[in-house]
Amino acid sequence: MADVQEAQLYQRRIPIYPRSVKGRFRRLKYAVLALAYGVYFVLPWIRWDRPNAPDQAVLFDIAGRRFYLFGLVVDAMDIFWLAGLLVIAAMLLFMVTGIAGRAFCGYFCFQTLWTDVFVLVERLVQGERPKRMRLARMSWNPEKVLKLGLTWLLWIVVAFVTGLTFTLYWQNAPDLVVDWFTGRAPFPAYATTLFLTTTTLVFAGLAREQVCTYMCPYARFQSAMFDRDTLIIAYDRSRGEGRDGRHPLGHGYKSRAERAQQGTGDCIDCGYCVQVCPTGIDIRNGLQLQCISCGLCVDACDTIMDRLHWPRGLIRYTSENADAGKPTRLMKPKTIGYGLVVTAAIALLAWSVATRQSLVVTVEQLRQPLAVTLSDGRIQNRYEVKLNNKGTEPLRIHIHIEGLDGAQLDLGNFDSVTVEGGQRLRLVASVRRPAAGAVGQQHFEFVARSEGADLSEQRRQATFYLP
Amino acid sequence: MSDQNKVKPTAPAVQTTGHAWDGDLQEYNNPLPRWWLWSFYGTVVFAVLYWFMFPAWPVGDGWTRGVTTASVIEQGQTVDRPWNTRYQLIAEMQTGDAALRQRAYAEQISSASFQEILDNPEMMAFARSVGRGLFGDNCAACHGSGGQGVVGLFPNLADDAWLWGGTPERIHETLIQGRNGYMPAFGGVLNPSQLTDVSEYVLSLSGLTQPGEAVEPGREIFQGPIGGCYTCHTPEGTGLQSLGSANLTDAIWTLVDLPAEASTEAKRDALSAFIAKGVQGNRVMPGWSDRLSPTDLKLLAVYTHQLGGGQ
Repeated sequence: MADVQEAQLYQRRIPIYPRSVKGRFRRLKYAVLALAYGVYFVLPWIRWDRPNAPDQAVLFDIAGRRFYLFGLVVDAMDIFWLAGLLVIAAMLLFMVTGIAGRAFCGYFCFQTLWTDVFVLVERLVQGERPKRMRLARMSWNPEKVLKLGLTWLLWIVVAFVTGLTFTLYWQNAPDLVVDWFTGRAPFPAYATTLFLTTTTLVFAGLAREQVCTYMCPYARFQSAMFDRDTLIIAYDRSRGEGRDGRHPLGHGYKSRAERAQQGTGDCIDCGYCVQVCPTGIDIRNGLQLQCISCGLCVDACDTIMDRLHWPRGLIRYTSENADAGKPTRLMKPKTIGYGLVVTAAIALLAWSVATRQSLVVTVEQLRQPLAVTLSDGRIQNRYEVKLNNKGTEPLRIHIHIEGLDGAQLDLGNFDSVTVEGGQRLRLVASVRRPAAGAVGQQHFEFVARSEGADLSEQRRQATFYLP
Repeated sequence: MSDQNKVKPTAPAVQTTGHAWDGDLQEYNNPLPRWWLWSFYGTVVFAVLYWFMFPAWPVGDGWTRGVTTASVIEQGQTVDRPWNTRYQLIAEMQTGDAALRQRAYAEQISSASFQEILDNPEMMAFARSVGRGLFGDNCAACHGSGGQGVVGLFPNLADDAWLWGGTPERIHETLIQGRNGYMPAFGGVLNPSQLTDVSEYVLSLSGLTQPGEAVEPGREIFQGPIGGCYTCHTPEGTGLQSLGSANLTDAIWTLVDLPAEASTEAKRDALSAFIAKGVQGNRVMPGWSDRLSPTDLKLLAVYTHQLGGGQ
């Protein structure tokens, strides 16, 4: 009782030395890791043929205010697509979390992926869990210096390549790498690489599960989306504990029949599930907020069950309802609602991307003054025409007006203009028409016709006012 | 029990704050991770470093200035000043990327002829965006933000009638030297009926009344020695841009708001009242050569020229 009352304000991190395990979820995690690393590290090196534009398949050109994504060029004014993408990502996360629990955390989150790699490095250099624990307890000696030094060296290499690769997404990769190592890269490239190298080292090497438990907001709000049908990892308490709790293998506790007779269950309390856990929890205590649902304890327990020739699934993916013997229901208003929103958002984004035009025309009336009488008695209205060529090829643009009788358009000393790829141009268009026969306000259209890579015609409504 | 459960005790995880709400809602009292405490100390260290780096504490009627500096150019010399947002703004206006880009455009403008500027859509776009600011700062007070002017006081720059000439060169000249509009008061020279007659004639020049017998007396005053109007306004009434005399044959009236008057009689009366009074010392445009740089004057000339669609 006294222990409980004593207020412990701050707690040191309890180091975790995850033991390795083999199994289906481990294989799945490695497959996801290979895929994710393949995409992340290779993508900046893929080339893509684009006229008058960088040939990097994926390039986020901040200075040029353009994102290149394979065949798609995203202009600064299309940045709302990013909002659409984020909405889709968020809704997808909500939906998947409702159905499959923290599947993102366990398999796809970069914190999990990088921690996995760092633990792998640790294991390859220092050995399996007991060796690592012994090394940590050891006082400083050449072996410890060598092994920890090598671990840190490899960690730094991984972290550095991670940081450097990230910067390659923002400038032409082959040039940037050369510039980086010859000291000619821009300052942000060094700053970004250094920053990401450091954070990778700290988060994947030192902080690990602390990120998930204390820093990550998703970890917290994902728990809020769980319901009784959500897929979780759970220990089958009734099967494992029997009547009197778990008990190690031993004399009189060998076969399932013997154990049942002794009133104990299938859990032999080997602790393998605890040892493999990357967040250091004991899944047998029930669902905990630290659990990232990675399935390694399932693999661990399955390994033991296989060896004993007992059925698998003492620890398994299940749901609270399934665990209680009730049916798991996935098609419910929440899931369907999220599904509809995700589908709608994807459709909207796809539509917006598919109907994009490389020339954006806007016409705005200059309202100060709205209308002017000219010396010959005609009325003049002025409009600002903005032409924005989002494409990469120059466009030759002709502008004329339609739907205003007897009107004359004056664009200054040019009747057509060339807008280079990625450039904007603002023109002032003066429209003049006789006062006779005019009514208060009259609608007409500006027509911008572009020739060049894509021949298109765009119409914009405008209004002609009288003084 | 195996070793494992000793390594990772699961014991007092249920320590709570001791409060209970709604009967059974309790709050865990988990300890903070220690790194969190160190992060907090880190922010304290950051704050102290910040005090030394940047302006921070008020001291008397001043403040601690910090050791960071901003390089600004003062009287041709690059000097380091204690960093603050004002000096940073000055530095950016002097040597920032955008400032350098703007300067490159300004140099292009200052070395180009007016014709080259007018023919180039990009230079025109630059002249319009910079010109709008210059016009707003210097010209809009009289001429209005869109150059629409005030009838009777300040000419409308948004139409295509130019008292002193509407080519960019002439506008440039107007900007540099200023202009002084003048017309004698005819109230002492012509009697009221003569004023009415000449007004009648002037209205006919732009088609507001029918030319013919009725305007003959007015024509004689205008074209003859009594009024002598033709000397400035030319016999055709088209005005002389070298004198700033108005073109009386077009639809634009900058001093008398004739379109606002409903009847021909009212228009005539307004016009004769104006002719009696003349333009006496209140139609002055100052010269700007000692207030604006040559490039700014050039930009303003181009901007003003395009306001009315140019001439």
